[in-house]
Amino acid sequence: MAVTLFIPAALRPFADNKAAVILPAKTAGEAVAALAAAYPDIQQHLYEPGGALRSFVNLFVGDTNIKNADGLNTPVPDGGEVTLVPAIAGGCL
Amino acid sequence: MSLIPEERLESLSNDEIGRYSRHLLLPEVGVEGQKRLKAARVLLVGTGGLGAPLALYLAAAGVGTLGIVDFDVVEASNLQRQIIHSTRDIGRPKTASARDRIRALNPGVRVVEYNTALTSQNALDILKDYDLVADGTDNYPTRYLVNDACVLLGIPNVYGSIFQFEGQASVFYAKQGPCYRCLYPEPPPPGLVPSCAEGGVMGVLPGIVGNIQAAEVIKLLVGGADTLVGRLLLFDAWRMKFRELKLEKDPACPLCGAHPTIHELVDYEQFCGLKPTREESPVETVTALALKARLDAGEPLQLIDIREPHERAIVKFPGAKVIPLGQMVRRQEELDPSVDAVFLCKIGKRSVFAIRALQEAGYPGRLLNLEDGVNAWARDVDTSLPQY
Repeated sequence: MAVTLFIPAALRPFADNKAAVILPAKTAGEAVAALAAAYPDIQQHLYEPGGALRSFVNLFVGDTNIKNADGLNTPVPDGGEVTLVPAIAGGCL
Repeated sequence: MSLIPEERLESLSNDEIGRYSRHLLLPEVGVEGQKRLKAARVLLVGTGGLGAPLALYLAAAGVGTLGIVDFDVVEASNLQRQIIHSTRDIGRPKTASARDRIRALNPGVRVVEYNTALTSQNALDILKDYDLVADGTDNYPTRYLVNDACVLLGIPNVYGSIFQFEGQASVFYAKQGPCYRCLYPEPPPPGLVPSCAEGGVMGVLPGIVGNIQAAEVIKLLVGGADTLVGRLLLFDAWRMKFRELKLEKDPACPLCGAHPTIHELVDYEQFCGLKPTREESPVETVTALALKARLDAGEPLQLIDIREPHERAIVKFPGAKVIPLGQMVRRQEELDPSVDAVFLCKIGKRSVFAIRALQEAGYPGRLLNLEDGVNAWARDVDTSLPQY
């Protein structure tokens, strides 16, 4: 079961500047955990110290926010897409 | 349904009919829609990268009143993307520069200037006179301030945001869908996401995202179109891809949910963690001139450049060891705690986060921040170097 996880520009410096990675995962949580295992520098930016996903980071499976599905247990179909969407502030002064 | 009520509509003059004929020929807009644009009052927060195309296209479209809020002055580094300002405007307030350009483009538009920062104290007073707000700000506190003020006043917030090659756009309108807090209940911790001043931005990106916002503004005013309420548009200019994600209202949202706990504007600097907490010790700094004096005196110092390789290619800092910010904690063994370490970046902001990260990781040595970064070195010590 391989899924594609899209990494936004703001988090790429912590993931070897990769825009997308293909990871073995059956759920959204497994996909993010696999990313954090592959790139330890990104871990603190994704998870609260208690292990929950940080609240400024949204995770979508397909076009659905996992908050509106089963959270980190939201299933991802084989070949499915998971997208990390963090808050970005720029309008650029 | 349009945001503009029937009773505010006025007739179009013959000149206006000529000027806006390409709108009038669209059955979806027509005379009725153009009258609604004429009667509309739109507030643009920020006249930077996003605000520039917003202001120009909304003025061209015949939006009757444009309010523009900005406290900044035009700088040379703005002109790569902020096309409402010109080279001759460098040093002028952005609101004055934008006003002149809007008037030259369409004298029929009434421009209201607010040459001030939007704050919790003035936001409701300014926003209450407008039908909707287009948010083109560049920082989290103002994003939350604009969102909260719009929800409290019951008006839409046409949202756009950019970073490097990527943009986001949506319409946050709590009467019909989610607000910004439904999507992002809290901002990232300070320092995680660099600003455009530090992370860079492709000049055309705000042109594209700002025009998506302008399209949403016009659709909300004319009425009858499918807007971005409940949808988040992601745009990647480098890969030239659009993605669309569904957004839902959060029933637990403290602002627009079923049981709101926020009923007035708050202190957004504090909310975004930008005010130091009591337990946070201040970071020691060293000025560029003081650092030069210490180096000239032959003091042992470790200089740590936390910038990425492409940024060091703009201006190198001689003698500095390179440890990018993201690797700092993992590579702390490469530092000698018995020798003072001076951290440097472009403007001395990200280097503070490198120091804080090491402090939290228990690094025992003395850590100093080069005040105003490599740009200060170029300004005060080695003026042959460029500032960027």
